[in-house]
Amino acid sequence: MPFDIYLNVAVGGILTGLVYGLMALGLSVIFGVVRVVNFAHGEMMTVAMYIAVTLFSAFHLDPLVMLLPIAAVLGVFGYALQASLINPFITRPEHSQFLLLVAVAIIMVNILLIVFGPDAQNVQVSYAYDSYQIGPLIVDATKAYAAVAALVVAAALFCFFQYTTLGTAIRACADNYHGALVVGLDVKHLYALTFALGAACVGAAGVMLALIVDVTPSIGPAYTLLAFIIVITGGLGSMPGALIGGVLIGLTEAMAGLLFTPSAKSMFSFAILVLVLLFRPQGILGKKVA
Amino acid sequence: MTSKTPKNSVGVSRRTVTAGLGALGVTAGLAPFNIARAAGPLKVGVLLPRSGYQAGIGQDCQRGVDIAAGILKDMGYPELQIINADTETNVDVARSRAEKLIGEGAQLLVGAFDSGQSSAIAQVAEQKGVPFVINIAAAPPITEQGYKFVFRNFPTAPMILRDAFNNQKEIFAAVGTAPKTAVFLHVNDTFGTAMSKAIPGLMPKFDMPYKITETIAYDPAARDLSVELAKAKATGAEAMIVVSRLNDAILLTREMVKQRWSPMAILSMGPGWYEDQYLKTLGKLSDGPLSFVPWYDPNKPLSKKLEEALAKAFPGVNLNTNHVYTFEALLVAADAYKRAGSSDPKALADAIRKTNITNNASPGPGIQFDAKGQNDKLLDSAIQNRGGKLVTVAPKVAANAKPEWPLKPYNQR
Repeated sequence: MPFDIYLNVAVGGILTGLVYGLMALGLSVIFGVVRVVNFAHGEMMTVAMYIAVTLFSAFHLDPLVMLLPIAAVLGVFGYALQASLINPFITRPEHSQFLLLVAVAIIMVNILLIVFGPDAQNVQVSYAYDSYQIGPLIVDATKAYAAVAALVVAAALFCFFQYTTLGTAIRACADNYHGALVVGLDVKHLYALTFALGAACVGAAGVMLALIVDVTPSIGPAYTLLAFIIVITGGLGSMPGALIGGVLIGLTEAMAGLLFTPSAKSMFSFAILVLVLLFRPQGILGKKVA
Repeated sequence: MTSKTPKNSVGVSRRTVTAGLGALGVTAGLAPFNIARAAGPLKVGVLLPRSGYQAGIGQDCQRGVDIAAGILKDMGYPELQIINADTETNVDVARSRAEKLIGEGAQLLVGAFDSGQSSAIAQVAEQKGVPFVINIAAAPPITEQGYKFVFRNFPTAPMILRDAFNNQKEIFAAVGTAPKTAVFLHVNDTFGTAMSKAIPGLMPKFDMPYKITETIAYDPAARDLSVELAKAKATGAEAMIVVSRLNDAILLTREMVKQRWSPMAILSMGPGWYEDQYLKTLGKLSDGPLSFVPWYDPNKPLSKKLEEALAKAFPGVNLNTNHVYTFEALLVAADAYKRAGSSDPKALADAIRKTNITNNASPGPGIQFDAKGQNDKLLDSAIQNRGGKLVTVAPKVAANAKPEWPLKPYNQR
């Protein structure tokens, strides 16, 4: 096989992996602070994809232009979900939280099915079929835009947590729940805000993914699973870990498809997960729990 | 010791009455499965993948169900009471839905577009003794199990390949050229695997002009086929042979445009490339692929009736395999019910076995079943996408257009 094919497949895998990483970042942020595993993560992303598809088909609004508004809508939804449904479950056993979020996921899938039907829908932007040729390298334009947007959103989120007072307060809640309460932080509000940020992240990822893949109501669970693989590989609660995990999974799936058989792509993602769990259970950039 | 149970003059005790009532209860409990009713509509459970990744095709098959009532009535057949069920594109769900339908009183099953799901339903139908008429499913083993209640009015994978190779050779002769190499991409589900297994055995018998240089299997639920297409492109093959579904056909076409690869021909031996959703989603990019598939004979009177009914019910939708074979499965059911004069499962199965419908739409002499429950007289066609419409280019006897060759490069459209 010519060398350029390896190069093209590797670049495609990295670009897709960056969008996967952004999606997983939302899950990591929520778990890192609220300590709730969002089993409705993929479904929330599907909602964002449908909003992007609907806005495009009804008003021809480019998903990349609508990225921030849709992320904001998902953020508001996330805040409401945390404040109304999840907060009462924070101190309950983990299996109760699990069941609650699985129920939310099932409800979301069925609402989408009723509203949009089962047919695959997509966004036919003018650049949907564009690609850039740089020597032997052919880069899919939509994947490139989506990957750049993913990096920008991830950088913005990182800056928010590192350099703003609100971000510092949220990190304080994550580090010490009781300590945060003692110093007078409104922990429930901050939790809801964190869930909103995670939901906004997954909303942004959904908008970008709508440019790359067709959306159906049933695609959510597959992405929830993918997000779990990525965050466990990258390190639960680690933001850079989520991005690195995303790139690693995207690249591995692409190269495995090329070097072995495409139908076994997912097997290699799971193989990486098993290896990480065996030799570095905290994930690539995760902190070891004493 | 003597019995203290009081008896009347005819020897009927309370125990006998209790036992009799019990027996009646058991009989009543089994009634839905045994009572034969000649009057009233036949309850037909229609199982289709209405959600999941095959939803597009499942919904398209449903159109064949939706137009059936009026046409069957015009043909003088008894009424069918349709009970719909969704297999969710999942073999296990297909099995449980079939059981549920039978439990709810379905007297005959129809479905289920997919070989894996149809195999699961066939097992249930056979176990419960309820006739199952397959609309679309090509994996050969379904009718090789010795089932007594399973019937298929759809060609098997080897039949599809036999006609595909014959029609391809006819097209190559007509255009005066043929590809020398081909890359074969197929879904790794039951149908795709059956086709990929059948090709190596059948190809030498037909002396095809091309060699398959590489076979690439992929997941039918894949969200991204860029790697698969890159791999296919790297082979440098002149033609691309595909056995796909709908969503993956769209994905593969998009990738060909993005990766700037236009083979000499796309030769599809499965669904996807001629579906309405494919044509509508891709517009001018959908033109060109040749599909070698079970189709319909446009010259048969029933085909024209189906076209009219579909145009009326679903304006802008082209009649295709999904509608025709789903309709014909219901036609088989109605015809058997009429002749059996009963909804007794065994009587229905016996009637289906003796089916001889010549006023049908699919190519070939008509609908008859062999001892295995397979209609082995079906013929396939070669169709090509042209400006959002479908034309038949082979075999010559059923053709209404000449093939356009080679595939117009995607960057010149």
